[in-house]
Amino acid sequence: MLHVDRVEASYGPFLALAGATLEVGRGEIVALLGPNGAGKTTLIRCVAGLLRPRAGEIRWDGASLGGVAAHQIVERGIAVVPEGRRLFTTMTIEEHLELGAFAPHAHADKAARRDEVYTVFPVLRERRRQLVRALSGGQQQMVAIGRALMAAPRLLILDEPSLGLAPRVVDAILGVLGDINRRGVSILLVEQNVHAALALAHRGYILESGRVVGSGTGAGLMDDPHVKRAYLGPLA
Amino acid sequence: MTILLQQLVLGVLIGGLYGLAAAGLSLIFGVMKVLNVAHGELIMLGGYGAFWLFALGGVDPFLALVLVIPAALVGGAILYWGLFGWVVRYHEETRVKNSLLIGFGLGLALHALAVQLWTADERSVTTAYGGNVLSVAGISIPVVRLLSLVVAFALIGGLHLLLARWRWGRAIRATADDWEAALMTGIDVRRAYLLAFALGTGLAGAAGTLVSVGYSVSPSIGLEWTLKALIVVVLAGLGSMLGTFVGGLVLGVAEACSAMAFGGPYREVVGLVIFFIVLVARPQGIFAK
Repeated sequence: MLHVDRVEASYGPFLALAGATLEVGRGEIVALLGPNGAGKTTLIRCVAGLLRPRAGEIRWDGASLGGVAAHQIVERGIAVVPEGRRLFTTMTIEEHLELGAFAPHAHADKAARRDEVYTVFPVLRERRRQLVRALSGGQQQMVAIGRALMAAPRLLILDEPSLGLAPRVVDAILGVLGDINRRGVSILLVEQNVHAALALAHRGYILESGRVVGSGTGAGLMDDPHVKRAYLGPLA
Repeated sequence: MTILLQQLVLGVLIGGLYGLAAAGLSLIFGVMKVLNVAHGELIMLGGYGAFWLFALGGVDPFLALVLVIPAALVGGAILYWGLFGWVVRYHEETRVKNSLLIGFGLGLALHALAVQLWTADERSVTTAYGGNVLSVAGISIPVVRLLSLVVAFALIGGLHLLLARWRWGRAIRATADDWEAALMTGIDVRRAYLLAFALGTGLAGAAGTLVSVGYSVSPSIGLEWTLKALIVVVLAGLGSMLGTFVGGLVLGVAEACSAMAFGGPYREVVGLVIFFIVLVARPQGIFAK
């Protein structure tokens, strides 16, 4: 479905992606791991159309996304839950979900999808009239995921959804990702929480210094000596 | 006491127009991070629009709003496509600088054009009911100015509803808040910019129309109105149209009070003093959350 092919991207003179290649297939959960500054967020920004790659190509359903505007990429079925959630501070939960269905294709059956989001995250229904800044970090993350789901994506990309959340909340949110995936949505998950991400994912990639340096199945990567040493630590 | 009340009432009446003038500037700045210092010149053009509709066609100025506002919306869209739309391609810090240059240039050009076309004379719309005055407890309230205040409030309220309820209104607010997040939500941010700029210019046209009725227009009023609008935007902060309207009222009343206390010539000074104090003490604006 998604093919990232030898993509290079830079911020000014700083090369953040040095030829990264990966793919996400239909129905898959793929984890993207790597240290801070490895280029994970840059890769997501490229896929989302917020940053133009300097070289390489990103293909979606076989067609290049080069030159496709960011809002049109949403229309094509890729939704991003950005790092830090990036909610709209002056808006309620309801308004976020309403805006999530902004793209024309997502407009038609938005009521049904809103119900689905409320079924997955019942607390959002209870508090739907509240401004998002009144919510806890975990609830805000639910809003961010709900907003992305309202766009009826076929691929959901999440950038560090567990950042700053309590372990119990992290489990709940990652668990929901499994449910979402079973409903037919492919997932590309960037996570610091390597153990949980690999347990959930079918496959994973290791990104270091802008390059993919390793890949494999979730279980395979968990047994990989390099991954164990660098990401899972002595306790794992 | 009556004199004080009289001045306060006049302050509120002009303050509504300050609020209306500022709302357009605030909307454009808040959404696009572009400062259109030619906003006052757009108000001036709106005023001339109403004036000529009245002088040549006998159109009542309040009725003229129905023509001036759509014309200003279209004018705003053209200005966006031709000038300000280029600025939003840059980072937010460079946008303000570039928009200042464009705005000053546009303001000068519009000023010169207005002098060429219509001379530097002051004009105002004098309707048959223009001299009517309501007397309440010894205070006289000019009817057209009162009507202007009501219209200004209605327009601000309408804009507020538009931003709260309309699909693209929400998109405009989202873009103002975080344009990248808006893009990732599937919003065509460029179109939100265009709409915000057109709406802001439409409000300038409406403000100009009201200025031409209760007060007067000439080619050189632009800078003064830009300044008033800027003071109100700083005073009220970004994000709330109703807050902007209240900010306008506050400036109008403050001006009236200082004119009472220190004499007419100091009227203009008080706005700048407020501007300074707010920037030092509460740079996010009094009403900003």
